Amino acid sequence: MSETHDATREYTVTFAVLLILLGVTVGVSYLNLGWFNAFIAVGIAATKMTLIAMFFMHARSARRMTLVVVFAGLFWLGILFTLGLSDYLTRWSLPSPDVWTGQPRP
Amino acid sequence: MSAPARSLPENYLNVRLGWKSWFFTRDHKRIAVMFLLTITLFFFIGGTFATLIRLELMTPEGDMFQPETYNKLFSMHGIVMIFFFLIPSVPAVFGNFLVPLMIGARDLAFPRLNLLSWYLLVIGGTCVLFSILTGGVDTGWTFYTPYSSQFSNTHVVAAVLGIFIAGFSSILTGLNFIVTIHRMRAPGLTWFRLPLFIWSTYATAVIMVLGTPVVAITLALVAVERIAGVGIFDPRLGGDPLLFQHLFWFYSHPAVYIMILPGMGVVSELITTHARRRIFGYSFIAFASVAIAVLGFLVWGHHMFVSGQSQYAGMVFSFLSFAVAVPSAIKVFNWTATLYKGSIAFVAPMLYALGFIGLFTMGGLTGLFLATLAIDVHVTDTYFVIAHFHYIMVGGMVMAYMGALHHWWPKISGRLYHEGWAQFSALTIFVGFNLTFFPQFILGYMGMPRRYHAYPPEYQVLNVMSTAGASILAVGYVVPLIYLIWSLWYGPKAPANPWGATGLEWQTPSPPTTHNFDQTPVVTEEAYSYAKNR
Amino acid sequence: MRRIVEEQFEDVHQQRDAATMGMWLFIATEALFFGGLLFAYAVYRGAYYRAFSEASEEMSIVLGGVNTAVLLCSSFSMAMAVQSAKSSRGGRLVFFLALTAVIGAVFLAIKFTEYYEHYQHHLVPGTHFQFSGPHAKQVELFMVFYFVLTGMHAVHMIVGLGMLITLVILARRGRFLGEDYNTVEFGGLYWHFVDIVWVFLFPLLYLVDRSGQ
Repeated sequence: MSETHDATREYTVTFAVLLILLGVTVGVSYLNLGWFNAFIAVGIAATKMTLIAMFFMHARSARRMTLVVVFAGLFWLGILFTLGLSDYLTRWSLPSPDVWTGQPRP
Repeated sequence: MSAPARSLPENYLNVRLGWKSWFFTRDHKRIAVMFLLTITLFFFIGGTFATLIRLELMTPEGDMFQPETYNKLFSMHGIVMIFFFLIPSVPAVFGNFLVPLMIGARDLAFPRLNLLSWYLLVIGGTCVLFSILTGGVDTGWTFYTPYSSQFSNTHVVAAVLGIFIAGFSSILTGLNFIVTIHRMRAPGLTWFRLPLFIWSTYATAVIMVLGTPVVAITLALVAVERIAGVGIFDPRLGGDPLLFQHLFWFYSHPAVYIMILPGMGVVSELITTHARRRIFGYSFIAFASVAIAVLGFLVWGHHMFVSGQSQYAGMVFSFLSFAVAVPSAIKVFNWTATLYKGSIAFVAPMLYALGFIGLFTMGGLTGLFLATLAIDVHVTDTYFVIAHFHYIMVGGMVMAYMGALHHWWPKISGRLYHEGWAQFSALTIFVGFNLTFFPQFILGYMGMPRRYHAYPPEYQVLNVMSTAGASILAVGYVVPLIYLIWSLWYGPKAPANPWGATGLEWQTPSPPTTHNFDQTPVVTEEAYSYAKNR
Repeated sequence: MRRIVEEQFEDVHQQRDAATMGMWLFIATEALFFGGLLFAYAVYRGAYYRAFSEASEEMSIVLGGVNTAVLLCSSFSMAMAVQSAKSSRGGRLVFFLALTAVIGAVFLAIKFTEYYEHYQHHLVPGTHFQFSGPHAKQVELFMVFYFVLTGMHAVHMIVGLGMLITLVILARRGRFLGEDYNTVEFGGLYWHFVDIVWVFLFPLLYLVDRSGQ
């Protein structure tokens, strides 16, 4: 049961990759890519989350049930965002100038 | 653990005595009994508010209470009944008591968390009682912003804090059930041999674990806005009040399923036991529970059809709301099919179960009216809505709760109640309930709005009928309180299996011992194998 | 001798499986807890993109970036602590647990320095708030979310620090080695989750739009 192979190397590599991604996310934010900036920022954050979960939290070698729980959490977050935004992203049809005074997105 | 010689066999109730043995217990059955006492208290507090509301509505004029007082009455009625009675009712009492027994485990996976869950409910309830005693809350149980965050000058923060804390009670209960059902089933008890009560409790627990945190943070934001005076949901400061409604209903619509799914599980048990029939379409009912838990999260926007939500979102939510009716209907059809050619015993629990099926069907079908965009625009915030959800929550869940209380009372208390009185009260509740709430459908359709203390005189006849029904209903709820307490001292001793039911909980003595089973049971057959026993 | 297996479980494996699942479910709950906030943030960011990027430029990217690195360090150290417990090296376990706690404290120190700066710059929402420009109200809205999100995160950090200190004390008494490592593992899961939350908060709050146009 207690298979104690030394994971120090694995952790060190993960840690290094996480720091590199941190640098990338800061760097990219100085470029003007329009809406793609947010996409990249969240994408990198999601990658970092995956790395932390896989290696530091051992989701990689966890039982299938653990993964089901993780995906259930993400799925329910997805419901909240998808159906919630289904209102906000289609509300342009209702003119409500007080709320939407922001200039058009770059 | 050698027991001293006693006249009574040792069980979970008499194994240790004294208040410490209760307040520090880790026995799921004792915690269930503590939940039972707590929520019974809250039920009668909430019922008192309902009584006062109905008394005010006897006459068209607002002659009994100030409008502000009336606002507080219906708000406190909703808050207490929903967060402190209905949500913990079947899960925390019967889920706690029955889940380990039904799956052949010695206890839940995390007994300390279970006890913590009770304490959290009590602390949350104390916050709400504090807000009641210091003047109450007048926002309605929904705490809509910006009224709750900027304008109401009542004790919103105390009430919100109470619900926040009670929410964590609910999360811990749900977490405990999910892990227990996954990891602690007896050998041979595969998923498709589980009693259907376990399936529905499992589905409920999923909603509790994944929905409750969202309402917790939402109500926390309301408190932040109120205390700091910032505009999270205040349009003057750029906030969007509808955002509150989205976040609130993301939990609070699924919460309706927290309030009905366990009742459905109870009814599956009662129908099979008292009709002596194998359940019809086991896997359909099981998967319908899971489907309701998932689909229930996709429909919250139907509370916001007239709120200024985008029409497109409204159409999506309307369609999805129809979809969630399908699994509910599957269950109703399967229960009635189970009754077919059964040898039905019209004992009190069965009367409640049959009442549930009828009233839930009414509530569910009127729900389809409300999911229809055009009709909803007409009846939004009228008594039609009130009648609809009372048919689900009182006609559905409270009936199931009462049925469960009678069905498992011999197991919980070790005593038998008086059957005649029990049947009398079941019928009284059924009659009183319909007389209370059916007229409200008509009132709502005629256009009587909810949450007003006065109304035009032409609505009076139906309102008087409703109040008369409420007084019958009150009798129906007080009578069981008397004969159940009476049975604790004077009722005959219950045998281990008074109903001749299948299910592991009936293989233990009544009441069970602290660790439920002397040795871990091994399950070799599916649930509800009644045909063989006949 | 302490009982390792609680009486409701059959054996240590069942107990470990149950506790692992419970811990992950708790994390799923926490994810939805922060998810509700992030959804609200997303809605307002969509509506007031200009204001949010202006407000985000008030944040110190140096302090925020350093803090992110600090937190990643603490996660690395926590992973090493779990590894030490698993391989029954008590001295290393105590060292890494204590190191994690110290790094966590550094994070909080930097965070509170930032809060103090925001206070000096009149960026704390409420009556004290001052911001010149056409989007002042929406900038205040951003700051509300900034403080609620980072504040909730800081509360989780403080809980985590308390947990780590308890773990250090128990580890010094020789607990958590070999088969008994689960408690450290669960502490680690919680700590890494709190790290993940920050990994999302950093770009969302500090890096809305730095291109300066």
